Amino acid sequence: MTGPAALSQTQVPLISARGISKQFAGVEVLRDVDLDLRVGEIHALLGENGAGKSTFAKILAGVHRPTTGTIALNGEQVEVANPVVAQRLGITLIHQEPISFPDLSVAENLVLGRSEDGWFSPVPWAKMTRDARALMDLLGVDIDVTQPMRGLSIADQQMVEIARALASDSRLIIMDEPTAPLTPREVETLFGIARRLRSEGRTIVFISHRLEEVRALCDRVTIFRDGNKVGTHTIDELTDADIIRLMIGRPLKEYLHKPRTEIGAVALEVENLTLPGRFEAISFSVRRGEIVGLGGLVGAGRTDVARAIFGVAPALSGTIRINGKQATIREPDDAIALGLAFVPEDRAQAGIFRSLSVEQNITAAVPARIAPRGFIRRSVEKALSSEAIRSLRVRLASARQPIGELSGGNQQKAILARWLLTDPTVLILDEPTRGIDIGVKAEFYDRIGELAASGRAILLISSELPELLALSDRILVMSEGRLTAEFPRAEASQEKIMKAAVPRSATLGEAA
Amino acid sequence: MSALRSLLLRREAGILVMIMLFCLAVGLYKPQFLTGNNLRVILLLTPLIMIAAMGQMLVLVARHVDLSMGSILGLSAMVTGMMFRDMPQIPWMLGFAVAIGTGALLGLINGALVTLFRLPAIIVTLGTLNLYRGLTFIISNARQVDRQYIPTELKAMSQTSPIFGVPSIIFIAFGVAILAYYFTMHTRVGRQVFALGSNPVAAPLRGIKANQVTLLVFTISGALAGLAGILYASRWGFVNPSNTGAGFEFQVIAAVVIGGVSINGGVGSVPGVVLGVLLLGCVSAALPLLGIPGAAQNAIYGTVILIALLIDRTVRQQGVLGLRRLPA
Repeated sequence: MTGPAALSQTQVPLISARGISKQFAGVEVLRDVDLDLRVGEIHALLGENGAGKSTFAKILAGVHRPTTGTIALNGEQVEVANPVVAQRLGITLIHQEPISFPDLSVAENLVLGRSEDGWFSPVPWAKMTRDARALMDLLGVDIDVTQPMRGLSIADQQMVEIARALASDSRLIIMDEPTAPLTPREVETLFGIARRLRSEGRTIVFISHRLEEVRALCDRVTIFRDGNKVGTHTIDELTDADIIRLMIGRPLKEYLHKPRTEIGAVALEVENLTLPGRFEAISFSVRRGEIVGLGGLVGAGRTDVARAIFGVAPALSGTIRINGKQATIREPDDAIALGLAFVPEDRAQAGIFRSLSVEQNITAAVPARIAPRGFIRRSVEKALSSEAIRSLRVRLASARQPIGELSGGNQQKAILARWLLTDPTVLILDEPTRGIDIGVKAEFYDRIGELAASGRAILLISSELPELLALSDRILVMSEGRLTAEFPRAEASQEKIMKAAVPRSATLGEAA
Repeated sequence: MSALRSLLLRREAGILVMIMLFCLAVGLYKPQFLTGNNLRVILLLTPLIMIAAMGQMLVLVARHVDLSMGSILGLSAMVTGMMFRDMPQIPWMLGFAVAIGTGALLGLINGALVTLFRLPAIIVTLGTLNLYRGLTFIISNARQVDRQYIPTELKAMSQTSPIFGVPSIIFIAFGVAILAYYFTMHTRVGRQVFALGSNPVAAPLRGIKANQVTLLVFTISGALAGLAGILYASRWGFVNPSNTGAGFEFQVIAAVVIGGVSINGGVGSVPGVVLGVLLLGCVSAALPLLGIPGAAQNAIYGTVILIALLIDRTVRQQGVLGLRRLPA
């Protein structure tokens, strides 16, 4: 990039981060990261989910404190103790879904927290509204600043956040995946504004999964992988293929591979499944004994498809066939009756009943069996759950202890046990090993393999590429609500999956 | 037209229409309901609720709740009444400072329990509802402060005033409402109360001192309940450990919620709350007039509150007379 960015190379960097590490509950998510941000550049942070780029951004913005490391602003060391301090230092983080006060007006949202005035000092409504209008004009957006924030589109809410950054004259504006919820036209507007801010000498950090956008907008990129910084390059130095290689370049770990199983008849078949705004024209099938992997980036619509099949949020059009018969699934009850089971992604929210016992959790999906006449028969509850606990090797002190006391891996085993009691034909697993220790993971993979061997059809949603590659017979890839690729196990590779997963992959073909 | 339209689309318009329809309906059946004398009856029913409602509004807007208001009213009134009885020589105006101070202290305790121990306000104030009521019995030996001990000047405030003979406590109530309006709309901390209730997670990220703001709203709520306490002594001329303020919190919360304050925080306006209080006053005044037996009045009262909430919800979604659904 020529112009301001090239000029500024000789200057003191705006931000100079050295040796930044961060641990959450003993888990290292960021390791010894050095990074300079120049005055007047747009700098992309790239990496897979969990690579550490968002954590780094949040450390700059004072949301998290680094475990070790220092940050210098214009050559002077600073303590970014919290977001308010960050704001005073001229650093603003714009979240993907902006944090705002929905009941307050746009103008109030702009000024809140900026004033040093006392509690009982009067609110200058007229000046506040005037200033807010001026900022909106400056950005060239048409937003009524007197209306409550609640009614604004996400794009407009982002604009208000940008306006807030300008109001406090921020020198560094960090945008965390700002384009994901935007329409192409809104993205163009955002980019126009970002370029203008750069020309004013402000620095922008842009976090995105979309390589095309990064290429269109950014001067330099820094790539993160597994909590490490892999490198910083000017965007022109790298092809898209280079970037992808740098993002996923970890060695393939030793995974137990799925045992060969006998592939039987089609158990689950979906055709043209569509839920506008979430996913479109999804068609695929899963056979008995088969594990079909569903890969893609977070937000690609994979979970939405799973929820639609299970009747949590049904699709608007399209057909689902179970064992060759057309199925009407309006709610999870219908799905369970048809032999479907769903282990959801968000265990704490949608998976477990935290305060209930392990037994009660395991038998939760088979009320008719433990309470045939409406009264729970403890002996049946005990027998069913102890059998399940044994076969899945759930480690616990007592079957009657609250499930919330178990480790994540053992909670997940209990949830799997719950669904096995319904003797499902089709099992949908959404990120089943997220937040689970390596050791338990391997055990989990064995169980999943056994389930397939016993003639069940399994749809496995996972963002962990090695996991997908190790377990799946076939791999489907989704991007922005559509199926973009399908590979048999033998032909799949991390690179291929990643290329299909990154949105607007058209340009990637040429680069590769 | 668009100014009128936006006026009609405001929440307050819905409550105003409800008040008018209600009064008209009752007036058709009992014409004396629409007389000036009855207006005086209605207005006299409302000052205590109005004052306390301003405090409750702040607490609800901050996404908390104060269930202990009735007991704060009772304890403050009792402390003040006993002072009048046991120290008859002290100036009667000092009673206001004592009542408001007692109420503020009790409110501060509520706020401290909520912020220090991160306890839900509904639990804390349910506890202090009983605690403060119990203290009222203990300090008073379960004895009422009788009429002869309440200063005449204080009692007179509920009878008359130099201004058109309208009882002073009505002016006090509206004065509190005006102060509350200024506080909520024109002070920085007032807006912070709304911000806190609108998004408690984001508030500290924007430098709002959530604990201090929470302490403040509970203290104000308590102080206003204390003010309502001394005005209770003025209005009824006695303080009774079991009756004074009993069930008061529910009337207050009903008025505030009818007045458009969201129990989810962040939303509420003083004009709305004033109208909510007046609507409740109209209902209370109408029930005896319509000859509804005392035994049934509570049930009718509760039903009317529920109907008002249902109408309000419809109005909020569709505007008065379905205006929101019509093209602009």
